Amino acid sequence: MGEFDFTVWGPSLPFIRDGLLFTLRLTLIAMTGGIVLGTLLALARLSPIAPLSWLAGAYVDTMRSIPLVMVILWFFLVIPFLTGTPVGAETSAIITFTAFEAAYFCEIMRSGIQSVPRGQVWAAQALGLTQAQAMIHVVLPQALRNMLPVLLTQTIVLFQDTSLVYAIGAKDLLKAADVVGKNYNRPVEMIVLSALIYFAICFSLSLAVRQLQKRVAIVR
Amino acid sequence: MNYHWNWGIFGEQVKGGGETYLDWLITGLGWTLAVSLTAWVLALVIGIAVGALRTAPSRPIALLGTAWVELFRNVPLLVQMFLWFFVVPEFLPREWSLWVKQDMPAKEFVTAALCLGFFTSARVAEQVRAGVGSLPRGQRDAALALGFTLPQAYRHILLPQALRIVIPPLTSEFMNVFKNSSIAFAIGVMELTFQARQMQEDSEQGIETYLAVTLLYFICAFTANRGMAWIEARTRVPGLIARTS
Amino acid sequence: MIEIRNLAKAYGATPVLKGCSTSVAKGEVVVVCGPSGSGKSTLIKCVNGLEAFQGGSVSVDGISVGDPKTDLPRLRARVGMVFQHFELFPHMSVRQNLALAQLKVLGRDAAEADARATKLLERVGLAAHADKFPGQLSGGQQQRVAIARALAMDPICMLFDEPTSALDPEMIGEVLDVMVELAHEGMTMMVVTHEMGFARKVAHRVIFMDQGEIVEDAPAAQFFEAPASERAKTFLARILHH
Repeated sequence: MGEFDFTVWGPSLPFIRDGLLFTLRLTLIAMTGGIVLGTLLALARLSPIAPLSWLAGAYVDTMRSIPLVMVILWFFLVIPFLTGTPVGAETSAIITFTAFEAAYFCEIMRSGIQSVPRGQVWAAQALGLTQAQAMIHVVLPQALRNMLPVLLTQTIVLFQDTSLVYAIGAKDLLKAADVVGKNYNRPVEMIVLSALIYFAICFSLSLAVRQLQKRVAIVR
Repeated sequence: MNYHWNWGIFGEQVKGGGETYLDWLITGLGWTLAVSLTAWVLALVIGIAVGALRTAPSRPIALLGTAWVELFRNVPLLVQMFLWFFVVPEFLPREWSLWVKQDMPAKEFVTAALCLGFFTSARVAEQVRAGVGSLPRGQRDAALALGFTLPQAYRHILLPQALRIVIPPLTSEFMNVFKNSSIAFAIGVMELTFQARQMQEDSEQGIETYLAVTLLYFICAFTANRGMAWIEARTRVPGLIARTS
Repeated sequence: MIEIRNLAKAYGATPVLKGCSTSVAKGEVVVVCGPSGSGKSTLIKCVNGLEAFQGGSVSVDGISVGDPKTDLPRLRARVGMVFQHFELFPHMSVRQNLALAQLKVLGRDAAEADARATKLLERVGLAAHADKFPGQLSGGQQQRVAIARALAMDPICMLFDEPTSALDPEMIGEVLDVMVELAHEGMTMMVVTHEMGFARKVAHRVIFMDQGEIVEDAPAAQFFEAPASERAKTFLARILHH
C-alpha cells in the first residue's frame, strides 16, 4: 500500500470549486441548448419535407457515430477557421457540447413525439388547431413529460462527459484536480477526490431520477 | 484564415523520421482494435454474470450486482481511466505495486482494456437484467419444475432467451466500446485519438488527420454493427421475434 | 349541412371507401353503423379532413373539405368531434382542455373562455371536476368532458366516432344521455355507433356500411322495421341478439 496524504484536499477546495462551477455551467448550457436544438432537429427529422429530414438525420447520425473526444478536437480545430479568431478552450467546449448533445436529445425528443398517440393530434386538429399549434400545445408538452426521466439521465451522462474537455485543456473539475495534484505532488489523492465528487453528484441525481420516474408515470 | 491542404501528408515521413504518418495511423488503429475487442470480451463475460445476479431471488446478491452497476455508471470514464492507472496500483501489496509501476509489459494497454471492460460490463449488465426481466415469469417456474437448479435454469433456459432479446441494445454498446476506447489516449495508449493529436501537432495538417481518423472510427463502428447483425441473424429462433419487439 | 359525393379512399392498394354518397341536413341526426373494418370511422374522419381522400368530394356548410385552398383549421373549429378514446389532453386540467382551442383558435379572452367552459361542464354534470386532470376521471366522465370541449367551440354540427365503444357498460348511459339531449336541442349530428337503442330513439336516418360501401341509407324506422339488404339483416340480427 502506498502512502497517502489526504490533507491536500483542504487547500485544493477553492480550485475544485471553480472547476466544478465551470463543469456545472457547461452542463447546464449544453443541456438547455441541446434540448432546444435537439427538439428542432427532431421536428426536422419528422418533417414531411424530405431534404430537411435527410439533413437532420445525417447530422444526428454523424454526431452519434464519432467518439466525443474526436468531436471535441474537431470543433477546437475548426471553430477558429470559421470565426477567424482563436477561441478559448472553454468557449469551444460550450459550442461543442451544445452541438453534440443536440444530436442525442434529438433522438430522445423524436421518440417522445412519436410516443404521443395519433388521436391526440386528431383531437387537436378537430378543434381547429393548426399543425404548429397542435405540436406546441398538445404534442410537445406530452413528449417532454414522457421523456423527462430519459432527458435527465442523458444530462447525467452529459455531466460526466464534460470531463473530456481534458483533451483541449479547459479548466473543469477534473482539470482543477489534475493541476492541484501536480502542484502539491499528490495526484493520486486528487484523482480520488474528483472521483468521489463525480460519484456523489451523479449517484444522487440518478436516485432522484428514479424517484421521478415512479411519480411521473403518466396518468391516462 | 487560410488553410493549406496537403492530402499527400499521409505518405510523408514524421518529423523524427523513420516512419510515415500512415504508419502512425495504422499503429493507432491496431491499438484501438486491441483495446476495444479485449474490453468487449471482458464486458460480455462480467456483464452477463452481473446482469444475471441482479435478477437473482437472493436480495444480498442482487444488491451486490446493483452496487457494481452504480459504481461504474456514476464516475466519468476518463476519471476511471486515471483511477485504474494511478490509484489502483497504490492499493496493491508493495511488491506487486512496484512490478505494476515498473515492469508490467504494455501497462497502458492492460489498464485501458481492464477499465473499459469493467465500465462496459456495467452497461451490459443493465441490458441483460432488463432482458431476463422481460421473460415471462412462467419460464423460470417451468425450468425449476422440471428439476433444474436455479443456476441451470439461467444457463439453459433464461439466459439463452434473454441474450437474444438484448442483441440490438448490445449492438449499440459494442459500437460504444470503439468510441469509448478513444479515451485511452489520456493514459498514453497509442490508439487512434492519441495518434490524431500527435499527428495534428507534428504535421500541422489537422483537418486531413482528423478526417482520416474519423473515417477509421466510422469503419470500426460500421463493422461492429454488421458483425452484431450477423450474430443476430445466426441466433434467431423462428417464431420468437414477435416477443422481442 | 354535410354533403358527401362519391367519396373514395385507399391505403396503398387497399380501398377503404368505394364511392360513398350521402348527406346530413341541418338539424338532422344520422347514425352510421356497420361491421368493423367497414370504413365508417374513415368516412366520418373525412368529413373534417382528418383523413385525406383521393376521389369524390365532401363539403360542410358549403365549404369543400378536399379543396387545398380551404382553411382546414378554420373549418374544423366549426365542426365538433368526439373520439372513441376521448383524446383529452392528459397534461391539462379539464378546464384547460376546454379553454385551449377557445383561446388559441377562436381568440376568445380567458374570462370568456372560462365562463363558457364552466357553463358546459355544468351542462354535462361535471362542474365539480373542472380542476381535475383527465387521468383522475372515469371513462364516462372523460367522454362527457370531450363532448363539452367540442361544444365549447359553438360548432354548427357534431361528429361522433364510436363515442361509447371504449366505455365500460355501466358508463355508456351517462354519455348517451348527453347525446340524446343534444339531439333534442336540434344539433346536427353524424354518429358512428353500435348503440341501436340510441339510433331508434333519436336518429332520423341510419346509414349501414360494409366493405367500404354505403349499403343502406334509410329513415331510422324503416331501417329497423324492414332492412332492405341481406347484409344489414345479418348485422342487425347479430348486434341485437347477443
